Amino acid sequence: MSLTTNKNFAPDQKGQGWKIFKSPKLEPFLYLSPSIILICLVIFVPLVIGISYAFQSISLFRPSDTGWIGFEHFEDIYQDRKFYKSLRNTFWWTFTSVILQFSLGLGLAMLLKAGFKGQKFFQALIFLPWAVPTFLSALTWAWLFNPVIGPLSHWMFALGILDEPYNILADPSIAMYGPIAANVWFGIPFFAITLLAALQSIPDEMYEAAAIDGASKWQVFSKITLPFLAPMIVITVMLRTVWIANFADFIYVMTSGGPANSTQILSTYIFLTAFKKLDFGYASAVSVVLLVLLLIFATLLLKMRQKFVRVN
Amino acid sequence: MSVFAKPAVGWTISKYIVLALYLAFALFPLYWLLKISVTPEKLIYSDGVALWPSEVTLDNFKSVLLYTDFLIYFKNSIFVSFGTAALTTVLAAAAGYAFSRFQFRGKKIIIGIMLITQMFPLLIIIAPIYRIISGMGLLNTLTSLIVVYTAFNVPFATFLMQSFFDGIPKDLEEAAMIDGCTRLQAVRKVVFPLTLPGLAATLGFVFTAAWSELLFAIMLINSNDKMTFPVGLLTFVSKFSVDWGQMMAAGVFALVPSCLFFIFIQRYLVQGLTSGAVKG
Repeated sequence: MSLTTNKNFAPDQKGQGWKIFKSPKLEPFLYLSPSIILICLVIFVPLVIGISYAFQSISLFRPSDTGWIGFEHFEDIYQDRKFYKSLRNTFWWTFTSVILQFSLGLGLAMLLKAGFKGQKFFQALIFLPWAVPTFLSALTWAWLFNPVIGPLSHWMFALGILDEPYNILADPSIAMYGPIAANVWFGIPFFAITLLAALQSIPDEMYEAAAIDGASKWQVFSKITLPFLAPMIVITVMLRTVWIANFADFIYVMTSGGPANSTQILSTYIFLTAFKKLDFGYASAVSVVLLVLLLIFATLLLKMRQKFVRVN
Repeated sequence: MSVFAKPAVGWTISKYIVLALYLAFALFPLYWLLKISVTPEKLIYSDGVALWPSEVTLDNFKSVLLYTDFLIYFKNSIFVSFGTAALTTVLAAAAGYAFSRFQFRGKKIIIGIMLITQMFPLLIIIAPIYRIISGMGLLNTLTSLIVVYTAFNVPFATFLMQSFFDGIPKDLEEAAMIDGCTRLQAVRKVVFPLTLPGLAATLGFVFTAAWSELLFAIMLINSNDKMTFPVGLLTFVSKFSVDWGQMMAAGVFALVPSCLFFIFIQRYLVQGLTSGAVKG
């Protein structure tokens, strides 16, 4: 996502067709327009329509009662207890997942950077969870936690974590850790791949200079590695946070938000509102709130990134 | 780390232990999937917790192939995923090239638009997309899935392609253009061969994403002969009393293409991101 500072090419003199695009001002738009047109038609037009639903009454249970209602949905959200519970759970789910994915992904990237025998083979296997269809991963993890057909609860019992081998997905106080475990499993490769790439682009001379100066391992990490990684870290953390906050698959398949809404996050709440209560207006309104929160978060992080980049 | 003095033996051993733990964590759930798929139906619960079933069978795989519509789902998924990957890669290569080689007004706005596409809960656009697609008469077609998936994958693929192009010095094309090539010729003859790993990585990345998409596939497809794999798998849960062994066997089949693809492309992914992604 770097903004290169290349100057434009001199417009070439041959002038074979497409004359209008030979102007360096328009040429990039020739290459961009197919993507932009597609994105606008398939994502932005529906998005605007979808946002407009948030200000209308669209419920299949009340078909006669449709039309514009202004901010009524948002007033309802303000008093909706389930919404606040889902909001709290969203924070819990998102930040625990991101922090674990990130720190384990960074650890893996550093190990891979160090290099070892059989690395190519190892690397191909270790990244596999990212390629598994999420629906299938969610089912498999639900099984692993089930004491009848999965080993995890028995292992946790043997380690003294559980009093007896029962399904943690059915226990409101700890059910959230089930989908979080699946999500961490799924997400480590993404961080490892992007951070490994960033690590490899740190010039070797930096490390050599540090070694000559007799820097300790911790000093090398905190004074060279981390500052170099910072811009990439901010971008990947931002993207992942947004994806995870919106990502309903694991929770939907593993717990459907239960038991007793203990794993209900906003994106599953939106889902259930739309498909179980068939209230598309209210679901859209909650979606808009989530979108606004994520936009605020992303803007803050990108501002932070600019500071990092300037410091570097 | 070759610049450091020889690492201590203890350090090396603990490194390999940690790597083994990572590997176990990554592969164990897949192993469990495989284990259930080869467990005979009568033993699924009685051998539920055992690490390996007392009896092994390939019946589940056989009945998936012979008695279900699995092959149809497979064919549909291959078509949709390849279509999406090819179309996305072409669009993203063009857009990524523009981002990499040009400074122009509105660049930040376009990047902003692409970022926003990653930011909202998909549910908000499900109903409008359904209406638009049905208005175009594309409901229940594989084409509709390709169009929608492409739109959602283009932004990230564009950033990926941009970072690949950033790694290729622009002097190369400039030289070719001074020698009388048009830009298109310069790109085709000089840049394209160097971008092949990048194209492969993008292709594979998008393929895996399209391969596992469920939400739109449920909404836009309603006949059995057009279903993609994830939807087909879901029918194993809802239609019959759930046949876990068969379902997991189908799941193993589902894993094969996307995993093969991913094993093949992951090095290029790292390589490509290395070249340009952290310039800041």
